[in-house]
Amino acid sequence: MNKLLTVSPSPHVKGDESIRKIMYGVVLAMLPAFAMSAMFFGWESVKVTLIAVAASVFFEYVIQKYLMKVKPTVDDGSAIVTGILLAFNVPVGLPVWLIVLGALVAIGVGKMSFGGLGQNPFNPALVGRVFLLISFPVQMTTWAPNKLVADGFSGATPLGLLKEGLKSGKTISEITSQLPNHFDLFWGNMSGSLGEISAVALLLGGLYMLWKKIISWHTPVAVLGTIFIFEGILWLANPERFMDPMFHLFTGGAMLGAIFMATDMVSSPMTRVGQLIFGVGIGIITVLIRNFGAYPEGISFAILIMNAFTPLINAYVKPTRFGRVA
Amino acid sequence: MLKTFKMGGVHPVENKLSAGKAIEKLPLPKTVSIPVAQHIGAPATVVVKRGDEVKVGTIIAQSSGFVSTNIHSSVSGKVKKIDDVMDSSGYKKKAVIIDVAGDEWEQGIDTSNNLIKETHLDAKEINAKILAAGIVGLGGATFPTHVKLSPPPGMTAEVLLINGVECEPYLTSDHRLMLEKGAEIIVGTKLLMKSLGVNKAVIGIENNKPDAITRMKDLTANEPEISVQPLKVKYPQGGEKQLIKAVTGKEVPSGALPIAVGAVVNNVGTAFAVYEAVMKNKPLVERVVTVTGKSVKEPSNLMVRVGTPVTELVEAAGGMPEDTGKVISGGPMMGRAVTTLEVPVTKGTSGILLIRDKESKRNEMEPCIRCGKCVSVCPMGLEPFLLMTMSEKKLWERSEDRHVMDCIECGSCSFTCPSNRPLLDYIRLGKGTVGKLIRARKSQN
Amino acid sequence: MSITLIYTVVVLSAIGIVAAIILYYVSQKFMVHEDPRIDQIEEALPSANCGGCGYAGCRAFAEACVAENELSNLFCPVGGNDCMNDIAGILGLEAVQKAPKVAVLRCNGTCDLRPKTNAFDGAKSCTAASALYSGETGCAFGCLGYGDCVDVCDFDALHMNPETGLPEVDDEKCVACGACVDACPKDLFELRKKMPKDRKIYVACRNEDKGAAAKKSCEVACIGCSKCVKECPFDAITMENNLAFIDSDKCKLCRKCVAVCPTGAIIEENFPPRKIKTEKVAEPTSAGPDTTDKA
Repeated sequence: MNKLLTVSPSPHVKGDESIRKIMYGVVLAMLPAFAMSAMFFGWESVKVTLIAVAASVFFEYVIQKYLMKVKPTVDDGSAIVTGILLAFNVPVGLPVWLIVLGALVAIGVGKMSFGGLGQNPFNPALVGRVFLLISFPVQMTTWAPNKLVADGFSGATPLGLLKEGLKSGKTISEITSQLPNHFDLFWGNMSGSLGEISAVALLLGGLYMLWKKIISWHTPVAVLGTIFIFEGILWLANPERFMDPMFHLFTGGAMLGAIFMATDMVSSPMTRVGQLIFGVGIGIITVLIRNFGAYPEGISFAILIMNAFTPLINAYVKPTRFGRVA
Repeated sequence: MLKTFKMGGVHPVENKLSAGKAIEKLPLPKTVSIPVAQHIGAPATVVVKRGDEVKVGTIIAQSSGFVSTNIHSSVSGKVKKIDDVMDSSGYKKKAVIIDVAGDEWEQGIDTSNNLIKETHLDAKEINAKILAAGIVGLGGATFPTHVKLSPPPGMTAEVLLINGVECEPYLTSDHRLMLEKGAEIIVGTKLLMKSLGVNKAVIGIENNKPDAITRMKDLTANEPEISVQPLKVKYPQGGEKQLIKAVTGKEVPSGALPIAVGAVVNNVGTAFAVYEAVMKNKPLVERVVTVTGKSVKEPSNLMVRVGTPVTELVEAAGGMPEDTGKVISGGPMMGRAVTTLEVPVTKGTSGILLIRDKESKRNEMEPCIRCGKCVSVCPMGLEPFLLMTMSEKKLWERSEDRHVMDCIECGSCSFTCPSNRPLLDYIRLGKGTVGKLIRARKSQN
Repeated sequence: MSITLIYTVVVLSAIGIVAAIILYYVSQKFMVHEDPRIDQIEEALPSANCGGCGYAGCRAFAEACVAENELSNLFCPVGGNDCMNDIAGILGLEAVQKAPKVAVLRCNGTCDLRPKTNAFDGAKSCTAASALYSGETGCAFGCLGYGDCVDVCDFDALHMNPETGLPEVDDEKCVACGACVDACPKDLFELRKKMPKDRKIYVACRNEDKGAAAKKSCEVACIGCSKCVKECPFDAITMENNLAFIDSDKCKLCRKCVAVCPTGAIIEENFPPRKIKTEKVAEPTSAGPDTTDKA
């Protein structure tokens, strides 16, 4: 026989899913939000995103090739996703060297120090973002004005305004006059990080990922649902102290976090029930930080904290076994 | 209404290329090699020797225990030798090699096509005939049928399920059999019901075979005890436990046999073989084999004598395509790759699948991204990614705690993994080792 | 300010003292009385924790030595006779002397001597592959070459030779713990008595096929011709299932069997070269790497 037959264990056919498909699917899903941010913040946002992506890919390549001495796998798209997510989480005017530093921490500390793709317990982009936020609070909260509307809401983010207002003893009705209305919030006409502003664009991306089965509905619905319900209770209890729940859904990183960050496969639980618990945890911690903590926004901390709980959730929330003996 | 099992499952591309091809008889080969271990259980004991004249239906190897069965000559001719030959298990096994001369059948075997519906035989006699005819489960597992029909003491069968699901992609042998031998399958079903003493039988058919569903429904129109249940297209719908869950709603407990929930499952091919054995005295010497593949010239369904070399089947389907990279005995999800085309067709060979070069190699393995897809597709509710890691790290006790023995080896996890990880390879390794440990523990106590 | 400092120091010291007292009390109250000889024996053992003795580790072996109170069934293959003598000294017992052993691979079916008949494409594990089928070559008994043995060797004594596709034993490092013997699904490893100057003569084959079939699948297979059995002056060679086996306890290294073996299945190692050229073994291996089969 001139040609050897291949012998391998079953199954002999393979579905068409792959890491590349998933990662580039996520990139595709982030395009609407990217477009919105380019619209609101101008070319500056494109620049930030490209630098973050380039830096992430560069660091992943260098670390894999020269430090870990393995075949670089930058083409799998995971570094691109991390780069875009990092860019989405920083304000538009961030100096270039800070973006690069953030990418280094995200890829180097958040991902590669644990062994690379699949091994990181925390979402790498959030590790980078939180590092920047804590180390460089001034730069990270210097919000560029929104370019689309002439009298656009410049300066602080809605959540920042809220926090400041409450600190200075104002009531909600007094603060509300300075805040954008709900339609602006939903559309994205406010200041904030690059990618988090437009709820509608993020939702669109989320629907695309649901359709492509990249994510399941459990985590985002649990996060957003919990924020809505918890904030709703607080609002009903004291509408002069707490904002209404819709405001909290559309501001800050709630949408971006729930749809793109909490659903990161590597750092979220495996089972559907686990993902619900994970999402509820994120929601509760976010609400606590937003209303009672020092920072105006807390979803990145909330996701990182729940990332730490993921192994525990995985260990205790098991799938229902077929034919289990009670 | 379509029924299905609840948990997990995947949707491989069906590729039922030969669904429209009627069953053809394959001409007799020059020699056959009939392995004596074609079933689960003890290999049969050879009772012929070199130079013996045999006819079709002559017993050449005798059942050697309760879980074992008879092997018959599938041709007439002279025993050439008894030697070890490579079969589809990938190991050399003892086989009787017979040179074919003519086609002479043992006396008492009815080779006509007349449909016989009535019998005076009682349950015991039916079971004895099934054992004598060497019938095994023809779905691929090849478990001796007479054992299935003898529930252990204290357990009674309530319902007979006839498995016409054929959830494996490519394969169409059961489909064709239902279309062409439907009436015989119904008689076989009734015989099985009589043997088990049950008065309810359900034929489960996946919804991608509407013609078979219609045909079987027509045939059972006047049979109040037999019903046809269309099932949703989802792999592994034809798995015994999944089929029982889909049809009866009951879950076979972990580690137990289907009889624990009162169900007995038999393949449609088995029902047909039972009909032939009981009504026509014909032992299991031939079966329907689908020969298929994307590059195969004429994908076909062939009626083949047991022991025929696979080469002959491939020739009949237009020869081996140039670009064949892998040959599989059985379906693509659970079949076995063979090392050479010289392997003989056995009782469990449901299909011969020729896979093209580009699809025959696995993709490169990448790191697990913990997406959880393997968990969500596992029809047994296991965690394949975890079981694989445990096998790699040789953590057998933990693997056992995580119920590795529940795995039905359907391959859904490996099929779906975006990182191309060989999950099932390692889970099988774990199953093998844990099984050994459990047996060692049992023999110690 | 200084008051605060003093308070802090005092409180912390107080906590420390209280905790120390509790710890001391607990360690006295719940102390497990152990035979001190267990510690002594553990000290004497090589601490490799390889499991070669059949116990879970050196500690477990030490406990077993004390519990059994006789050493006839206990042996540490890593430490060898010296170590067992030490243990015997601690326990005041007689040590059983055992000949040191070394692992040998009973397969010489290199890539060029044993043609492939198919290509395996699955998990790179011998156990997994052998559960699936008999292997990539026509020989159902030979080495699969995925290195399960290399993985289990704790002493760095086994390495895959990429040219031959077979693992090689480093005699210097091998301690005969037996891990490879258990790991090999084809049962190819044997622990043989160490001979002077590390000389070895053994049948490097496990093929039980009949002569013609064995020869067809591998050029250096034992074909069961029994010539060696007849030649051996010391009755050291037995023939079972078409396969010769040399008992290392009886073998006197005379090399007569090597000379008569028609296929070169019997291997001699670490001998000075012979005057008459009969080195059938060296020939095929020196034929150079085969490049055609590896693709």
